[in-house]
Amino acid sequence: MRNALGSVDSVLLLGGRSEIGLAIVDRLVRDGARRVVLAARLPVAVPGADGGAENAAGPHDPAQEAAARLRELGAEVTLVDFDATRPETHGQVIDAAVKSAGDLDVIVAAFGVLGDQAAYEADPVSAAASVAVNFGGHVSAGLFAARRLREQGHGTLVVLSSVAGVRTRRANFVYGAAKAGLDGFAQGLGDALHGSGARVMVVRPGFVIGRMTKGMPPAPMSTIPAQVAEDVVKGLRSGAETVWSPPKLRPVFTLMRFLPRPLWRRLPR
Amino acid sequence: MSTYLDRPEESSAPVDAFSGAEAAGHVYGETGATLTAADPANVRAHRIRELRYMTFLTGWGRTAPTPATLVRPRTVEDLAALVAEAPTRGVIARGLGRAYGDAAQNAGGTVVDVTAMPDRWTLDPATGVVTASAGMSLDALMRALVPLGWFVPVTPGTRYVTVGGAVAADVHGKNHHLDSSLGAHLRSLTLVTADGTVRVLTPDDDLFWATVGGMGLTGLVAEASFACVPIETSRVSVDVERTRDLDHTLEVMAATDDRYRYTVAWIDLLARGPRMGRSVLTRGDHARRDELPAGADPLAFAPASRLAAPPWAPNGLLNRLTVRAFNEAWYAKSRERRVVQHLAPFFHPLDSVAGWNRVYGSRGFVQYQFVVPSGEEATLRRIVSRLSGRGVVSFLTVLKRFGAGTPGMLSFPMPGWTLALDIPAGQDGLAGMLREFDGWVATAGGRLYLAKDSRMRADLLPAMYPRLDEWRKIRDSVDPTGVFRSDLARRLDL
Repeated sequence: MRNALGSVDSVLLLGGRSEIGLAIVDRLVRDGARRVVLAARLPVAVPGADGGAENAAGPHDPAQEAAARLRELGAEVTLVDFDATRPETHGQVIDAAVKSAGDLDVIVAAFGVLGDQAAYEADPVSAAASVAVNFGGHVSAGLFAARRLREQGHGTLVVLSSVAGVRTRRANFVYGAAKAGLDGFAQGLGDALHGSGARVMVVRPGFVIGRMTKGMPPAPMSTIPAQVAEDVVKGLRSGAETVWSPPKLRPVFTLMRFLPRPLWRRLPR
Repeated sequence: MSTYLDRPEESSAPVDAFSGAEAAGHVYGETGATLTAADPANVRAHRIRELRYMTFLTGWGRTAPTPATLVRPRTVEDLAALVAEAPTRGVIARGLGRAYGDAAQNAGGTVVDVTAMPDRWTLDPATGVVTASAGMSLDALMRALVPLGWFVPVTPGTRYVTVGGAVAADVHGKNHHLDSSLGAHLRSLTLVTADGTVRVLTPDDDLFWATVGGMGLTGLVAEASFACVPIETSRVSVDVERTRDLDHTLEVMAATDDRYRYTVAWIDLLARGPRMGRSVLTRGDHARRDELPAGADPLAFAPASRLAAPPWAPNGLLNRLTVRAFNEAWYAKSRERRVVQHLAPFFHPLDSVAGWNRVYGSRGFVQYQFVVPSGEEATLRRIVSRLSGRGVVSFLTVLKRFGAGTPGMLSFPMPGWTLALDIPAGQDGLAGMLREFDGWVATAGGRLYLAKDSRMRADLLPAMYPRLDEWRKIRDSVDPTGVFRSDLARRLDL
């Protein structure tokens, strides 16, 4: 249960290798969360047998490393096989998480792929596949998650959107369009859950320096996963519906929306 | 659906325990349930005539609201029917919602508003033993008993708690150092358990002591019998004394509190340096008839109708400045004196303001109450000095010396010192600081009060409550499937 000061006991991370997602979980565990479920595509899928799948994972798998680190911090960690592109399995993923952690106080939906715009334009099939993860996967996982949160009468679904979805740009519109769809979906889901005790929090980070953006020169007002996690946890405490990270991106993007199209399309990135 | 929903709202079958009262020469009474209507302070919806509806509930601290189906039973049979049709998210009883945290909330489940049941009570004038229905408030009980020359054996700082809630929390009062907590005065309990049976328990039953202090997780308390104390008057003769600092406070309390039935210290937490822990001690005894002025009605008990706090207050109204100003004024005004007071202002000063919890603003507040055993005063000093050093805003910090505890497995009191503070929820660094205190308290062999708690973690509970496993075993034997659940139970893995 979320306590009077906004700390939580249990968290499910959909996208168990996401750097931002893991930073959020890490922060929640340091704050007192004791039960963690990391849902990720496991190297060798052994449905329902976490131990077996764990053994099969490589020593440098980020989900495994995170699990070990979180256990050192005192959390009980379970790994669950999760494939964003198989919506028919998403209900079972939520059920498995509930089975091992009980009520889910926070569900972080952090899975996604960035990809390269030029490559998407060269290979439209790969572009569609990325949208299936970045948007389609979130629709089924988000609806299954919401169903559970509604049943238990409490809990927050944290959806990792992006400023890229606030207004799509020439330089990354495939990714941006998927995030725009996700952002709208998450807002609608939040409204649908109003009055149920469950909530949705939409997180819009700017450029996050990390594994996903390796090799790319940081954009202005860039941030790091730990800072996003800090902003998310603050938002969870206050019950925010939307979190911009860093917060100053909010006024910046409010203005960006009004930038004339001829100027907007010339933005280099 | 349920059996009781089909019945007209106004009907209520007589409960057998009360029907023989007159024949036995007992005084008795029965009134309709009235309290929720008068005091909807923390129940957002006011549709109180409905028997079942969804609503968001919080504790008195107004933090962490969760939705539940609130049902309003009328009879003990209704309680049994409710248990039989318990949803998977479970059932928990709720009285007047004075527990500060999430003890009477049940996210996604059912919450039973026992104040909907008619108030019923009987008094055996020969022994002073009172039997009262669980939903009856101590306020109503006192209005019935005080004019007859009887007072409840234990009263917490508010009259607006129900008998059932008082049992579930094993409440204590200003007389704990001599008289222990409510559990010590209980003669029997009627409990509706998970299998729908109505059991009458006595102190010889393990389940009795799992229920006293058991936070409602063993079943629905339907009624309780306890021994009251005879009083000559409805007044208290009170000694007020100020102390210089914390050591002085502890010294005076330890040295003199056995001379008074009721004692408590109010601590100025914002006083620093050499004045840290300065306090106002209030000690009292039931006044004798000869202490009253001639012509006064000795047993009059009619607490004035209540002022109401404004429906809304800004967050941060209680801040370092306003609380410091209040503390200075209060300390300055509390010169040494001896006065004769009415029961209500002595025991329940805050009850004169309805909904005073709203003054903390929309973010609500946290009450932190711990006890450390005698001999662990160093831990108490460490906590007071940290609070004072950090300038933590706490309105109404209360210190009390506890005497012997009860056999209640999850009862809070133990011989030692208890400190209770109210802290606005928005203060920076509060979560971390309180967690640090939790650790100190557990290490000292102390514990937190579950009826006040809204934020502790499950991991320290076994250290604080060494009989937790024993309690769980008994609870599991009467409620193997977890019919009785609350947000508190989920948060603390109870």
